Amino acid sequence: MSAADTQLAAGDPPKHYLNNGLTIRSWLLSVDHKRIAILYLISLTIFFLLGGAAAALFRMDLVTPEADVLQSETYNKLFTMHGIVMIFFFLVPSIPAVMGNFLVPVMIGAKDVAFPRLNLLSWYVFMTGGLIALGAIIMGGVDTGWTFYTPYSSMYANSHVILAVAGAFIAGFSSIMTGLNFIVTIQKMRAPGLTWFRLPLFIWAMYATSLVVILGTPVVAITLVMIFVERFFGFGIFDPALGGDPVLFQHLFWFYSHPAVYIMILPSMGVVSEIISCFSRRRLYGYTFVAFSSLAIAVIGFFVWGHHMFVSSQSVYAGLVFSFLTFFVAIPTAIKMLNWVMTMYKGSVSFETPMLYAYGFLGLFVIGGLTGLFLSTMATDIHLHDTYFVVAHFHYVMVGGGVMGFLGALHFWWPKIIGKLYPEGWAKFAAIVIFIGFNLTFMPQFQMGYHGMPRRYHTYAEEFQVFHVMSTAGATVLGAGYLIMAAYLFWSLFKGKKASANPWDARGLEWETASPPPTENFLETPKVTQDAYAYDMPSVTCPPGAKSEAERV
Amino acid sequence: MNSVYSLLPEQASTVAGQVDAIYLFLVAISVFFTLLLAGLVLVFGIKYRRREGAPAPERPHEDSSLELIGGGILLVLVLVLFGWGAKVFFHSTRPPADAMEILVTGKQWMWKLQHPQGKREINTLHIPAGRPIQLTMTSEDVIHSFFIPAFRVKQDVLPGRYTRLWFEATKPGKYRLFCTEYCGTEHSMMGGWVNVLTPADYERWLVDSGGAAVASETPVQAGERLFTQLGCQTCHNPGSGQLGPHLAGVYGHTVKLADGTEVVADDEYLRESILNSQAKIVAGFQPVMPVFKGIVNEDQLLQLIAYIKSLSGGASN
Amino acid sequence: MSSHSNAHVAHHFENAEQQRQSAQLGMWIFLVTEVMFFGGLFAAYTIYRSLYPEAWVVGSHLLSIKLGGFNTAVLLASSLTMAMAVHAAQTDKQKASANWIILTMLLGFVFLGVKVVEYAGKIDHHLVPGPHFFVDPMAELAKLEAAGIQVGQHLRHAFEGANPNHIQLFYSLYFAMTGMHAVHMIIGAGIMLWLLVNTRKGVYSSQYFNPVEVSGLYWHFVDIVWIFLFPMLYLIGRH
Repeated sequence: MSAADTQLAAGDPPKHYLNNGLTIRSWLLSVDHKRIAILYLISLTIFFLLGGAAAALFRMDLVTPEADVLQSETYNKLFTMHGIVMIFFFLVPSIPAVMGNFLVPVMIGAKDVAFPRLNLLSWYVFMTGGLIALGAIIMGGVDTGWTFYTPYSSMYANSHVILAVAGAFIAGFSSIMTGLNFIVTIQKMRAPGLTWFRLPLFIWAMYATSLVVILGTPVVAITLVMIFVERFFGFGIFDPALGGDPVLFQHLFWFYSHPAVYIMILPSMGVVSEIISCFSRRRLYGYTFVAFSSLAIAVIGFFVWGHHMFVSSQSVYAGLVFSFLTFFVAIPTAIKMLNWVMTMYKGSVSFETPMLYAYGFLGLFVIGGLTGLFLSTMATDIHLHDTYFVVAHFHYVMVGGGVMGFLGALHFWWPKIIGKLYPEGWAKFAAIVIFIGFNLTFMPQFQMGYHGMPRRYHTYAEEFQVFHVMSTAGATVLGAGYLIMAAYLFWSLFKGKKASANPWDARGLEWETASPPPTENFLETPKVTQDAYAYDMPSVTCPPGAKSEAERV
Repeated sequence: MNSVYSLLPEQASTVAGQVDAIYLFLVAISVFFTLLLAGLVLVFGIKYRRREGAPAPERPHEDSSLELIGGGILLVLVLVLFGWGAKVFFHSTRPPADAMEILVTGKQWMWKLQHPQGKREINTLHIPAGRPIQLTMTSEDVIHSFFIPAFRVKQDVLPGRYTRLWFEATKPGKYRLFCTEYCGTEHSMMGGWVNVLTPADYERWLVDSGGAAVASETPVQAGERLFTQLGCQTCHNPGSGQLGPHLAGVYGHTVKLADGTEVVADDEYLRESILNSQAKIVAGFQPVMPVFKGIVNEDQLLQLIAYIKSLSGGASN
Repeated sequence: MSSHSNAHVAHHFENAEQQRQSAQLGMWIFLVTEVMFFGGLFAAYTIYRSLYPEAWVVGSHLLSIKLGGFNTAVLLASSLTMAMAVHAAQTDKQKASANWIILTMLLGFVFLGVKVVEYAGKIDHHLVPGPHFFVDPMAELAKLEAAGIQVGQHLRHAFEGANPNHIQLFYSLYFAMTGMHAVHMIIGAGIMLWLLVNTRKGVYSSQYFNPVEVSGLYWHFVDIVWIFLFPMLYLIGRH
């Protein structure tokens, strides 16, 4: 570190977290939350590419009803890999571990998260889990589906289930560490004057998400341990041959994995609240409602898991309760849409790239949410369960909602994180391509699903071919959109124009420090006197670099 | 057959129309709300687009009336959906008492089916139109799921227990049958056809196709044969040793157990009592019955239960 | 920097109080995750117990209530010594604190040692689930009677009706639950060792004792888990 310090003599560029130490070691052992966010960003990009590559392969195979490119075994391993990688190693950590890690301390005016070493450990734990899961794939793959349903996973599958389960188990602990860190940081480390109702909605969303992580992840962890024990030691827990109950596994699994959807979507809702507010130049309509509805969704989300199991042989009365509560959780979500729309009303709306992603989020998430009603209505769910309708629905929610939110966040805070601007024209173009490609991929799957096309099918009935061809064509467009984005973001790292401290003229503490921020975020702890949406007041941002210059004195 | 481009797939069962009605309602509200949202964001985006020199927008008031009104409307809407969906769901999960019972065993990766008259088939199910059919299903290995899109019915099939599915086909034709719970390598090959015949054709099909030699025994007859072969009748028949309870009239009735509790003698109870006879001892008897686990397979179990049911004049004709 | 600051306040905290509160809240939240973690096992236990009550009765009778009871006493004592260690650390009696930590660790090892004896007994009696599992409820009943235990009608029915497979399920859960608990004990012993080294080095004082305090919370939690496991596994079936 000291060697790096001396290199940065007067006259060099201002010192910030990116150039505070340039060795690999200074990155891999950094406890700076911003550097850890970058480590996560790089690893998640790699996992996203892997998961996407798996999807590309099986979508290619699905162009014809017969098996042509792949064997059934390979096909099954590919969709399993797509699910495991995308859910456990991309979607769940995406916004919390990258954006949350970077932004939570900055937004609340803290120097770092409460437990910086635990934060770094969480990245190593995540990578360990990821490498073990990758090991399972390299050694021959796993073919259970990401849901690991017993008794197939515990007694019948002869693929590397134990390794994959161990990978997901270990990665779960990294989520727990991150969630724990956020809760303590948000509760105990807010800057003076930053009361709960002055917090940005992104912080509320991260808080709600962390609660879900804390309460849900341990349950799936112990469930995976039980699969491990059953498979490895031959203990019977879910095996019906020993009187075990395979449906119990489904209950325990969905107790986490349904709330996990909220882990993926709540942060996106937080991001969209920030973006819409900034590009409408207006405090979010119904701030208090949006803040509390995040918590409400997090809590109610724990009581709806049984809606994954309407046809599993669970009792019809249990089904009734779960169906009812599922409808109930839809209401706060729907009202949030109203809040976002009403924020634009009488606002001053402009359409920079992050706003396009927010528009994309609204358009796709509304479809994801409404198609959720089809699946919470018991009579239609019986028909739709485990068909492509479900596949389309959860992609609209998790990609249309989750990933669009992540990309919106990436573009909104990219200048802050990297200190460079991306080319706005290309970015708008890519956002539109991604939106079109996504709809082309998944819209046909609703129709296929209602006509009975089951999911996880390698070969299929010939009448569905036309929709599969459309879907694959759409996936190609979608993939192209992602690649364009990757290309210009990478380009902007080196050639992008220098970003000012507040390129969007936004409000909130993160825009009051330099871009990129100095290592301890602020030179002195900010004193907060108003909320994060004071768009009716002039910005209080210092000129770019000014604070960093001062730091060297 | 309706083409895949039409909004609704073929309707070929009594519940299909009811499910489709809910579906159409849902499609209508989805289109409405999607267009409403798209319209609002576009109109607001254009009407309130940023203009040079315009004053900063006002802060919104903290006033929850709009949220409450919106929430109220949604609450009514979802209650309607919940009630309607639950009503149809109840209907589609309660088989009528006079349903014809077909036994189904799923295994990696085929469906084995047996008709009450004894005829067996694999991956193709022939049924008569206009008659309620109840499938009693179990699995030999992992979880499968029995799905006939044209009937809008689906039910998971589990190892170690029985699940039921019922439907009444409305018109003759050939409809797809799928396994919809991922069950391993050849999951996508585990399916076939449901051939709905007119009742007359069905009767003809029962006797002639497939060769007379195959359709020898009904499940009840097979169960009776097994009952004798396995020596069950030595204890369970009236007039014999009286070591076991008489089975006539047991099915569907309450049985008093040695520990004072009571159970209803349903499929699951009979299954448990055969496989693991010591689990629930009927009051007044000694736990002397051998364990048949590993001796009878899933098909034979279904036949034995069908036979015991027939002793009570059960649903198996 | 605020006037409360001292050498033990990490750079990112404003003052010692904020650091102490953060450490405590962090440990409490960690314990919440632990409750959920064991909660999954407790859920499985509850469901199977309600499905197969007879097997649970037999399973309980084959566990040694003496060893389990002794271990419960050991753990309760260790909670006391842990509390004493924290108290001593807070009042600047670091030498006493080190001794209490050693005692706590020793009690932890006693517990684990007894657990090893119990596990060994289960291995000898083929009560470890898996291919070698074997249990004959009637023979076990005869043993109980031979030992002069009054066997009531209810108990007899339980032994007659219990399915060996379900007893195996009981033992799957027994090993999973007590095994998970033992893993936590081993980690706890490791933490004690770390505390001991730091205490000897003089790291802690009445100004800074967060690690001792939050480790204490952890140790008490692990004890409490056992306070639930002992009646659920050893006692309930005997009523």
